[in-house]
Amino acid sequence: MNLDLILGILQIVLIATTPLVFAGIGELVTEKSGVLNLGVEGMMLVGAVSAFIILVITGSYFIAFFVSILSGIIMSGLFAFLVLFLMSNQIATGLALTIFGIGLSSMLGKQYIGTPIDGLSPWFFVIFSFLIVFLVSYFFYKTKAGLILRAVGESHNSAHALGYSVIKIRFLSILFGGSMCALAGSYISICYAPMWQEGMTAGRGWIALALVVFATWKPERVLIGAYIFGGVTILQMNLQALGLRFPGQFFSMAPYVATIIVLVLISSNKLRIKLSAPASLTIPFYKGR
Amino acid sequence: MNSLFPSIVSRSQSSGLMNFFVPIISIVLTLITGSIIFILLGFDPVYALYTFFISPISSTYGISELFVKATPLALIAIGLSYCFKNNIYNIGAEGQLTMGAIFGGGIGILFHDTNAFWLLPLMIFAGAIGGALWGLIPAILKTKFNTNEILTSLMLVYVALFILDYLVVGPWKDPFGYSFPKSRPFSESGRMPLLFDGLRVHFGLIITLFLIFVSWFIFSKTIFGFQLKVSGYSPKAARYAGFNQTTLVFFAFAICGAFAGIAGLAEVSGPIGLLYRDISPNYGFTAIIVAFLGRLHPIGIIFASLVIALTYLGAEDAQLFLQIPSAVGFIFQGLVLFYLLGAELLINYKLTYKKLL
Repeated sequence: MNLDLILGILQIVLIATTPLVFAGIGELVTEKSGVLNLGVEGMMLVGAVSAFIILVITGSYFIAFFVSILSGIIMSGLFAFLVLFLMSNQIATGLALTIFGIGLSSMLGKQYIGTPIDGLSPWFFVIFSFLIVFLVSYFFYKTKAGLILRAVGESHNSAHALGYSVIKIRFLSILFGGSMCALAGSYISICYAPMWQEGMTAGRGWIALALVVFATWKPERVLIGAYIFGGVTILQMNLQALGLRFPGQFFSMAPYVATIIVLVLISSNKLRIKLSAPASLTIPFYKGR
Repeated sequence: MNSLFPSIVSRSQSSGLMNFFVPIISIVLTLITGSIIFILLGFDPVYALYTFFISPISSTYGISELFVKATPLALIAIGLSYCFKNNIYNIGAEGQLTMGAIFGGGIGILFHDTNAFWLLPLMIFAGAIGGALWGLIPAILKTKFNTNEILTSLMLVYVALFILDYLVVGPWKDPFGYSFPKSRPFSESGRMPLLFDGLRVHFGLIITLFLIFVSWFIFSKTIFGFQLKVSGYSPKAARYAGFNQTTLVFFAFAICGAFAGIAGLAEVSGPIGLLYRDISPNYGFTAIIVAFLGRLHPIGIIFASLVIALTYLGAEDAQLFLQIPSAVGFIFQGLVLFYLLGAELLINYKLTYKKLL
């Protein structure tokens, strides 16, 4: 194996893994505040399609990414309204968000399938994905606001008693998660693919959710997990390209099987999951009267 | 003087009346939102809603199609309610459906030139086993390894779809199929009997109604149903009463998987007649909405499955006659679930206007 090949593979792994990092870190912040949003896949798809459409219409990458992030904020805002103010079941609401997102993105993007665009170089986003992980880590463990956010996720009643607005903090965390998911989606449709296709995120949103468990809710570990998954995916593609005598479908299911195996390995230590997971995850906050 | 905004007050007991009205409220709100969407897309909302919701079922054939679509939805949804009642979030019914189709369809392919009365029952049985086995994987992972069943059951959907894809382009490909990715057709006795000549509604509907009745009996008349409900409402109380949570998880997943498997088999041996890639238009996921909209109640699920089946038919018609992408069906499904979950607030809380002075 020569150096060029290794560098080439490394490049591909970096480019392919970046959306997982964005979506994973966004969901991690949401979950740290005590809210589980299963709508990642839906928000990524809507983010991807809105960035693509705006890019085709305006030709401006900046406006495309801006509108995409705005779409993520709107989608997650809808979710936040339901789970925070109407105290709906977070799991079911997240599923509804994903179904809605799949429908909305397919409908909006119907006439843009196959439209050619000039892809954007991914390297700015690759670097930004590392940066955002360390920023989130710094925020959680070195700032007061980060401590408050974690406190809300661990025990919303205590945080409320101390005078912090549980609803406001959760609202902002959900919006951050939504904008990161939309960014992940727009990266896929503008830098990674670059094209629009129905359901093009191909389950990455769900893998991002698994990453948060893998990371035991610690920001840097999202990076490690994402690169393991990204590596498996690229390895699978390369082995397939080498023409191994093995049906391609078994390679294609590798990332999903790997996710299950990793989840089993991480979760089998019950104590670690119990200590790491935010204690108020999925529990709605009702102030009472 | 009263305050402008209502405040939310917890009810001491959940409201039975609201339990009944909430699904209706959510359907009405979805229709209103739907007409706004149609106006934004530049259509006459009355005509669009008519095309979407009335014209698909204005013929005998249309009504038969409604039942064809509602059959798998209702069957999977009643299976899911075994899980959801116990707060087990099995969202991988699509994978269990696919596995059922593979197991049952496999029998059908094996005996493709046999015509015997036992073939269809054997296929149904194999379908149930396939679905149940696939459903038991997340159950084992949850109980033995503490793994989150939402993620594992969902990942298994992708795995099942790839297995089906492998089979229909590989070992099970029809040798006379001009290399199309599909299997041999099943023999005549491996097909679900049609209920009426010339209509596609098939025996799967009878199976579904029977299993819904059985489930109603289990939910309301047996200790198992009671245990499911109690451990859903209060896991602590269930543990105190000595209910074995592990057994409940296993049963819930196995039953749900078996029902989804039968639904998958009923699809391939009913309207389709062979195995190929796209055997299900997301029935396994859409059934989640049906289960919630039907409030996990057998009668509710029957009505909900008809409503959601109509969104499938409506989406097809909207694409044909209005050139609206059929994905608009998913938008309606997502919306109805949003409104439902939001309106659920009214069941456990009430809105009151506080006196300011």
